[in-house]
This record gives sequence, C-alpha cells and structure tokens, in this order.
Amino acid sequence: MTPQSNFMVLAPIVPEREPELRELLASMNRGPGQVNPNNVLLPFAEFEELHFARFVILDDKTTEDVRVYGLSPRTYPLYLAFLGDIDGNANVFLQKLIRRAGDGLRQILSCCQGFGPDTHLLDWMKQHESPPIAVYVNWRGRTVRQIREEAALYGALESYIEKHAASFDGLRACQIHQELQSFINAEQSAGRITLSKEAPTPIGWQIKNLAHLIGFPLLGLLLSPLLVLAAPFFIIALRRLEKSDPVVCPIADQKHSESLSDLEDHDVTNQFSAMGSLKPGFVRLLTTTVVLKTVNYGARHITRAGRLGRIRSIHFARWVFVAGTERMIFCSNYDGSVESYMDDFINKTGFGLNASFSNGIGYPRTNWLVRDGCIDERNYKEYLRRHTLPSQVWYKAYPGQSAVDLERNTRIRRGLEMSSMTDEQAREWVALL
Amino acid sequence: MSEVDYADVQGLLRFGYGHMTSASYVLVRVKHQDAAKAWLRSTPVTTAVAQKPPPKRALNVAFTAAGLRALGVPESIVSAFSHEFRGGMWQESRTRQLGDVQKNAPSNWIWGSDGREPHALIMFFAVHEEFDSFVQKSRDQNWSEAFEEIVSLDTSNLDGDEPFGFADGISQPQIDWDQQLQRPRTQSEYTNIVALGEFLLGYPNEYGKITERPLLEPNEATAVLLNAEDAPAKKDLARNGTYLVMRQLEQDVRSFWKFLYDRSGENLADAAQLGAKMVGRTQAGDPLVPNQIEPIPGVDTRANPQNQFTYDNDPVGARCPFGAHVRRTNPRNSDFPGRRLNAFRKFIIMMGFGPKGFYDDLTSSVRFHRILRRGREYGPELSPEDALQPGPPNESPRGLHFICLNANISRQFEFLQNAWVTNTKFSGVTGESDPLLGNRESIPGCPVTANFAIPADGTLRRRVSGLPQFVTVRGGAYFFLPGLRALRYFTGA
Repeated sequence: MTPQSNFMVLAPIVPEREPELRELLASMNRGPGQVNPNNVLLPFAEFEELHFARFVILDDKTTEDVRVYGLSPRTYPLYLAFLGDIDGNANVFLQKLIRRAGDGLRQILSCCQGFGPDTHLLDWMKQHESPPIAVYVNWRGRTVRQIREEAALYGALESYIEKHAASFDGLRACQIHQELQSFINAEQSAGRITLSKEAPTPIGWQIKNLAHLIGFPLLGLLLSPLLVLAAPFFIIALRRLEKSDPVVCPIADQKHSESLSDLEDHDVTNQFSAMGSLKPGFVRLLTTTVVLKTVNYGARHITRAGRLGRIRSIHFARWVFVAGTERMIFCSNYDGSVESYMDDFINKTGFGLNASFSNGIGYPRTNWLVRDGCIDERNYKEYLRRHTLPSQVWYKAYPGQSAVDLERNTRIRRGLEMSSMTDEQAREWVALL
Repeated sequence: MSEVDYADVQGLLRFGYGHMTSASYVLVRVKHQDAAKAWLRSTPVTTAVAQKPPPKRALNVAFTAAGLRALGVPESIVSAFSHEFRGGMWQESRTRQLGDVQKNAPSNWIWGSDGREPHALIMFFAVHEEFDSFVQKSRDQNWSEAFEEIVSLDTSNLDGDEPFGFADGISQPQIDWDQQLQRPRTQSEYTNIVALGEFLLGYPNEYGKITERPLLEPNEATAVLLNAEDAPAKKDLARNGTYLVMRQLEQDVRSFWKFLYDRSGENLADAAQLGAKMVGRTQAGDPLVPNQIEPIPGVDTRANPQNQFTYDNDPVGARCPFGAHVRRTNPRNSDFPGRRLNAFRKFIIMMGFGPKGFYDDLTSSVRFHRILRRGREYGPELSPEDALQPGPPNESPRGLHFICLNANISRQFEFLQNAWVTNTKFSGVTGESDPLLGNRESIPGCPVTANFAIPADGTLRRRVSGLPQFVTVRGGAYFFLPGLRALRYFTGA
C-alpha cells in the first residue's frame, strides 16, 4: 500500500508584493475557481502523485473577534499557504516539485518574507512547513494512479455493456460477472486496460504507524490516573466556559459570501478553507488539542474506508495551527455544494463538528461539548461562511469524480479480481454497474 | 408559543385555491412608489382565514429584494433578509448551482434577468366565470400609474395533470399549523408532517430554531407589526410571511413522448411505462412501490392513498429508480438508516460502522428539505397520442409556472434543485440528472449527463441514454410573500 501524506508551506507575504502575488496566482487559473492544470508556473497535472493542491492567502477578517473577551486584536502578518495531498513521501514529492517547477515556485514564494534570489528552495520550504494536528484521508492507500486506472476500467465496462446489451439479456448476476471478467482479462492482456498491483508498504511507515496505533492509547493509559483526577475540574471549567462564551455569528457580508460563491461549483467537488481564532485560555487549547488528536487517531486507525462517520463526500481534510496556537485553519475537499456539505455535517456528524469547532471564538453555544452548537443551523452557517477564505488556486487530479464514484470504481475492481462470488455478492456487484 | 393569526397570513400558504380554476401571475416593476403603495393599500389581499363558502376570487402579492427597495424599504432592512433572496436567482454562481446554464441561462429568459427583473408578483385567482372581470377591475387607473407590466403569465387548468400528462400535486407536506409537533433530536421514520417554521417565518423550524429575518426596533411605523417570538422587544417584519420561489418551466411535450415512443419500440403502452420509471409514478399518479402498511404521519391513507409509501423496501431502486423525478425530489427517508434503533446501534451508525452497502445512507434527511408547491400549468393540453404527431408551426408553448413556498430558500428549494434534481451524482448514480428537469449539459470530467439508469434486482440495469432536454427554464425570481401586517408596514397604511 502506498500511504498518503501531505504538506503545507506557510509564510508571511511581503506586504508590498501582495498585489503581485495575487496576480501570479490568478494567472494559474482559466477563470475564477477554475485552475489551468497545465499552467506554466506550476503544472499540477504533471505530478501523478498529487491528489489535491491549493494556494490560499490567509486573509482572516475575523481577528477583531477577540474583543468579545476584552482582548485587543493582534496584527498578524498576511500569510500565504501552499498545501497538497499526495501519494507517498512528502519530501520526495517536494524534491520532484522543485526539479520540475522550481522556477515557477520561486516566482511565487519570492513574494514571501525571507525569500531571496539565493534561497535554497527545499530548505526554505521545509523550514516553513506547518504540520497538521489532524488529518482525514477518504481512502488510505488509494493512489491517483489507481483512481485513474479504475475510472478507465469503469468506462471500459460501461461501453462494453452498451455495445453488447442484448447479449446480457436473461443472464444471472454470476454469469454477468464472469462475462465481464473475461472481457477485462482480455483487455488487460491486450494492454488496453491496466490495473497496477499495489506497491509494498514502506517499512518505515509501517513502524511509525504501528507506534502511533499503540502509542496514543498507551499514553492515554499512562496518563489515566492523572486524567481521572483532573477530569472533574476540567469538566466544571469547560461547562462554565460553555455557558458564558460569547456567540459571534453576524450575517456574513454579502460581498464576501458572493466572492466565495464565484469560486464554487465549477466541479462536482469543492474546496473549503476556514480560519479563525481559538477561544483564549488553557482549557480551550487543551480541549482542541485532545479532540483533534483523537479525531486524527480515529481517522487514521479506526474509520472505515470511504467514510468519516456517516459522511462519504470528503476526499481529504486537515486541521492546522497557524503560526502559534492562537489561530487555526481547516481545509477540506468535499463533494456537492457548500449548503449540502454544511447540512451533512449538521445532520450526520454534528457531535464531531461541535467538538472540533466549538473552541473557535463565536461558535454557536454548545452543551457538553458535543450537543446543540451547529443545530443552531442558520447561525452556524453564517459563522462558517464568515470564517471561510477564498482559495486563490485549487487543483483536483480527477475532475468530475466524486468520492462515491471512486468508491464504486474500487468496489467494481475488487469484485472483478475475485475468482468466484456467491450469488449475493454477485447481485451486489452487478448493481454497481 | 402563540397561535397563528390566519388573518395575517396570505391565503396561498394554506390553500392552493383549487376550486378557482382560473389564475394569472402578473410580474411588474414599480413605476411610481406612491401610486404602487396606494394600489396595494386599496386592494384586498386574500388571507388564510377559512371561509364558508370558499371565496370566488383571491389575490396574493409578493416582492423581490429590488421590489422592496422600490417601495422605499431601507437597505438596513433589506440586508437582514437571506443572502439568496438578496442575491437573486439569476446571479452567475447561483445559475451553476441550479442548472440554469446554456439553454436555461438567464440571458435567454423571458423575464427575471437583468433589466427584466420584476419588483412584484401579483397573483390573481378566481372561479372561471368571474376571472376576467376580476382581473380587469383590479388593473384600474391606479394600477397603470403604479406599475409597468413585464409580463402577464396565463395558466391553464389541466385537471390535476402536468403537461407531460402525469398526475401532479399528490405529495405535499402537511404543515404543523397548531405547532403540536414534538420532534425528537433524530427522527427515525419518514414523516410528512413538517414544522410550521419551515414554511412560515417567525416560528420554530425542523431544528427547533427560528429562521433569521429582519427584526426592527419598535416605533410608530413598526407599531403595526407583531413582536418577535424569540426577541420580544423587537418587531418581527417577516412573521407570518415566507419566501416564494417562481420559475417558468417550459415543457417540450412532443419531444418527451417521441423519445419515450422511440425507445420503446414504437409501442405507446411501453412508452408510458418508461415514462412512469422516469417520473416515479404512473400517469394516474400511482407510486411504483407498494403502499406501506404502517401509517405515515401526515398522510391521510384514505384521502390520499397514492402518498402512502416510502422506498424502504426498494433499496436498490429496482421498482422505482433512484434517478426517478419523484424519488429525487422526495426520497422519503428519515434522519437515520433503519428503523427503531436502540442507542447503541445509533452510535455505531453515527460513527460510520452502520450499513456498508454501496447505496446505503447516501441521501440527506428529507425533513430539512421540503417545499410547499403552489404552481400551475400553462398552455394547451396535449395527449400522448397527439404529442407523437408533428406540431403545427408557431405552436403555443406549454409548461409549468413552478411556485414553491419555503422559509429558507438555500436549505429548501436550492438544496433540492442542486443536490437532488441537478446533481449528476445523486444517491450513487452517475452520468444522469433529473430525467424530466435535467439540462443534459456536460460538466468537467463528465461529458455525459443525459443517461437514465433503471436498476434491476439480480441482473444488469437498463440504461437509457441520450435523453434530450425536455424542460427549459424561461424565467425565475425569488420573492418575499409578506404577512398582511408587513404589507401594511411596506405600504404605509
């Protein structure tokens, strides 16, 4: 299995060069929200291990919100974030990226502070890496190559069935399976269809993964006497905060909302970047950290492939602290419109949403960390919209394919690779076509 | 919780006015603010108070955001209405969401886009004999001073069928007018009773919350308004009002039946069967799945047996395809897959370890996405047999003046139109949008969206390809249908 990994380069922009940077980024698009995958600066399409990538200028308009806690807002530099989700090792990928698109990258990153003509690109990027605190991958181990091969497989099956529709009349599911199996075998032998074998899982990754699998619960176990002692105090403190924390959900500015809409719904998948300040204090920081570490653990070791709870429309997602622990950004790639995304969240994983986002300033009031909160639907949606940032450039390697499409194709492929099937299995398999 | 004052609610919310078989929708722009206010003040607007015998004439009125501005409503109030109402239906980003591109694009609309955006929609209803005189009398001297007509849309009475020839209007939500509904946090069975606040602003919705709307400071001008239930110190401008979505949908009845006929070996009975698969009901309105034995809350089994069903026993769409129009527009599901679940089972499902079939649990819970349909057909009736003949030159167009009411346009109408009707990835299908309403336009990475799959249990599905575009959007706008007090506030009465 080839595990997925990610990178995020985060650097403050030289203020005078912001307009230039915006122009450069815009030049990578064909139109608002539509990247040119072969643009000269960074031809994303040439990197066959790249699933998603984006450039976002972290123009957080909500920094004033800390005033509700009597704090005076800090002036943060304006950051540029460049992030991607990839197959295999991130270092290897960055090296390849620099080899093939170093000039373009230099042009973009030179608009950031501390980047000169002599800067060593890889070192600089690694110095400016912001690792996520939690990551979700829809289907661990499924590579871009596999996605493309399986999409081609589905296409081939569909056109074969269309051409030979009559010959399938009256066939039972098992017979259909056999017939299509022999067709695909022939196509593979003729080199028209390729279904690459899974690459071996890197040993280093396996060890790390095992350490994480055991280490996190072990740490919890070791700390448990302390946790039991501290829990009542923590719960009381959290309850007190929950009851008093101010809610800040004004209607999102119409222009801001419309500028986000301009970038949305050009593909079946959309990008989402939301940023905000954490509620002040140790209790909230601790809650955020524990919740997100748990989410990360669950997403990595427990979730069923293709699902985050009941949600099946998220390809990749991550939570990242932005330069310190005061502010945080959440980035995801999801299918459908933002309205359906938010509804899915509220109705299917409201509890998880509340636990992970309610530590942000102004979030609708929660109870016991997981209850209520986003059920205050209109406020929640305004809250989220207000915190959403437009992505200047967004790339997806498989336009037109939803996460559910990818799951269907993978299921079809797995079914084809089974030498025999029970009647029930065959019926389910045929229903995928 | 206060009772609904029906005298403050426009009648369209409670009644479809079925016995008034004549109707027309007049879309106007305000010429003179004072004259418009004067006409609106002097014209009786029909309320939701039940009358015996029922009235023979009715008039209801709704305004766009531009219309409110034209009446002199300050921007600070207009900007407290929802984003989508203010933005309007013809906004570029919205057209992508709603499928209003290419042939459907606002630039091709008869009304509703730039320069032809209405300010108000005046709806006239009457029994046949009185209709002409009613409309004539209403469009008096004041009217011509007040308004410039963009278009007057006539309707026709097709006896409950829509122009393709299928019974329509069978499924409507039952509004919980008395606010008796005790909604559990998760609703584990399909119910047709929907919270009042989904259709009327100022009342709790399916989340138990009151939808955002303009709340005003009490003063002389706002004294006419009711207090807000959730903020008693404020005046609730939108209380007893709602949003009205209107779209003119032109239906190509000839191409619809010709397509069905051609794909059914030129056999009309088979064509009707294929049509039923696409609609999700037979022409008579019978569902394609057997009736559910257990009662469905909000469905009167005797009065409306054709509404007594869910898709619970049709998990792969073998009886009613996933893509069928009525299954897309009302999947009749609940918050959770499966019924009568204990807390542990619910937890397991919530964590993603529930049913693992490919098609399981792919559709959002329907109770947050219901609309109240109030549209009417237009154009002459055309039977399937006649539809197979070539049409005369300059044939008069047919279609539906689609009207729906909802308190939250983005969560109700827009969600339905975007995530269910237009979506080429609805419920695990691919390469197809709504067989009736779809625009068949390719999307990036998906050149074909003109298919329609008819699943079969245990064998290969039938996939019908090359569906033409049967329905074209010819106009549309978002309106606010105010309560009568708000109307008085707008017109300074």
